Amino acid sequence: MDFPFLCQTLLTLLPGVPLTLKLALSSVVLGVFLALLLALARLSGIRPLAWISRVYVFVFRSTPLLVQIFLIYYGLGQFPALRHSVLWPILREPYWCAVIALTLNTAAYGSEIIRGGLQSVPAGQIEAARACGMSRFQVFRRIVLPLAIRQALPGYGNEVILMVKATALASVITLMEVTGLAAKLISETYRAIEVFIVAGAIYLIINFVITRIIQALEHWLTPHLRSAPAPAVVEQGGPA
Amino acid sequence: MNEFGLLTVFSFGPGGWGPAMFKAAAMTIAVALTGFVFGAMVGALGAWAKIAGGRITRGIADGYTTVLRGIPDLLVIYLFYFGSSAVLTPIGRMFGATGFLSLPGFLAGALAIGIVSGAYHTEVFRGAYRSVSRGEIEAAVAIGMSRALVFRRIIVPLSLRFALPGLGNVWQLVLKESALISVTGLVEILRQAQIGAGSTRQPFTFFLAAAILYLVISSVSGWTLQRAEQRFTRGLRRV
Repeated sequence: MDFPFLCQTLLTLLPGVPLTLKLALSSVVLGVFLALLLALARLSGIRPLAWISRVYVFVFRSTPLLVQIFLIYYGLGQFPALRHSVLWPILREPYWCAVIALTLNTAAYGSEIIRGGLQSVPAGQIEAARACGMSRFQVFRRIVLPLAIRQALPGYGNEVILMVKATALASVITLMEVTGLAAKLISETYRAIEVFIVAGAIYLIINFVITRIIQALEHWLTPHLRSAPAPAVVEQGGPA
Repeated sequence: MNEFGLLTVFSFGPGGWGPAMFKAAAMTIAVALTGFVFGAMVGALGAWAKIAGGRITRGIADGYTTVLRGIPDLLVIYLFYFGSSAVLTPIGRMFGATGFLSLPGFLAGALAIGIVSGAYHTEVFRGAYRSVSRGEIEAAVAIGMSRALVFRRIIVPLSLRFALPGLGNVWQLVLKESALISVTGLVEILRQAQIGAGSTRQPFTFFLAAAILYLVISSVSGWTLQRAEQRFTRGLRRV
């Protein structure tokens, strides 16, 4: 192993980390809102809404993300009307195209995870809340959503990891995040194996940290599943 | 669409892109299938290492699945495509070849997909093996079957039945991953769409056609897998 080269590679690739994180974070945050809307539309009981959500999820889950990125980045330029609209300054930027594609993509997967969470809320809990006199919105905000979030969190953690991996595709539309810098370095030095090891290690560390954060969040949200703390004082003696 | 209709662009007549797109679709299926089969072999090995291996083999298998599921697939494809020349060129020199040698895009892509999907295959096979009940294996041993025979007659058929839904998911993943191989220049659906988009200046039309082709392939294979699942679980009692 050529350690000086590995160190130099690390120094070349590290400046890409902020862009990778920025892409992943913004698409996950935006994606959660869209995913929640899609899940609610699917469960709304309103036929056209449920149908739209179903088709959206089907289309975005059965086509490759790279095709979606190309459709947005290269494809939209085909329409002169769009090229002359106010949206063009945004759609011209590879960064925003990547964020849009990643957001639309993660929303499709996320909505299925959230739907699973929403559907896992026991009917009894909702009935109890209704019986207390809560309005539908109150039931949703106080009972259904918190329980669903708790249920969906592990699944969503996986989706966040997948998103970090997916940001690598942004390198194909000229964004210089970690994979983009790695590809450039490989073509300059022809030392694919060393560059791969360093880039892979960077992604593994990012994903390891994210897994830990999600685990901590899960621990914090499920106090009822933790083992009870050992009782401090044990009362002795017979019945009072 | 602009001045041409969609049908004229993808016609099968002279100047139409229909045949090229269908050939590219066949290439996508070929490279995805090769990668899937290779991944299944890697996965079988990985599952065996995780189930029956000692501490060291288990550690290696755990490391493999953790690493491959934690890094982007694009990096793995770059590794195989560009890294192969680092390994092959010196070997070529020994046999008197000059200049750079590297794996062809098809092979590099299929190998990369196989290595990536092997990590998912490992977990699918391991889970399926766990669902074969102890009693069935004990019964087979009691009847006097050798270990190989137990594996072939009892474990493989029973665990494949449980593995089928998981394998279906892996296949869908592999199919979508195959689009990444376009970076090596292999003319599969996405690369062909890029070529068409470049020469007709209708990128949206071509990438939309690519998306539709992927949609059709994944729907048809999803439907086929569903049928297969129904067929292989005929003997299961549904409660």
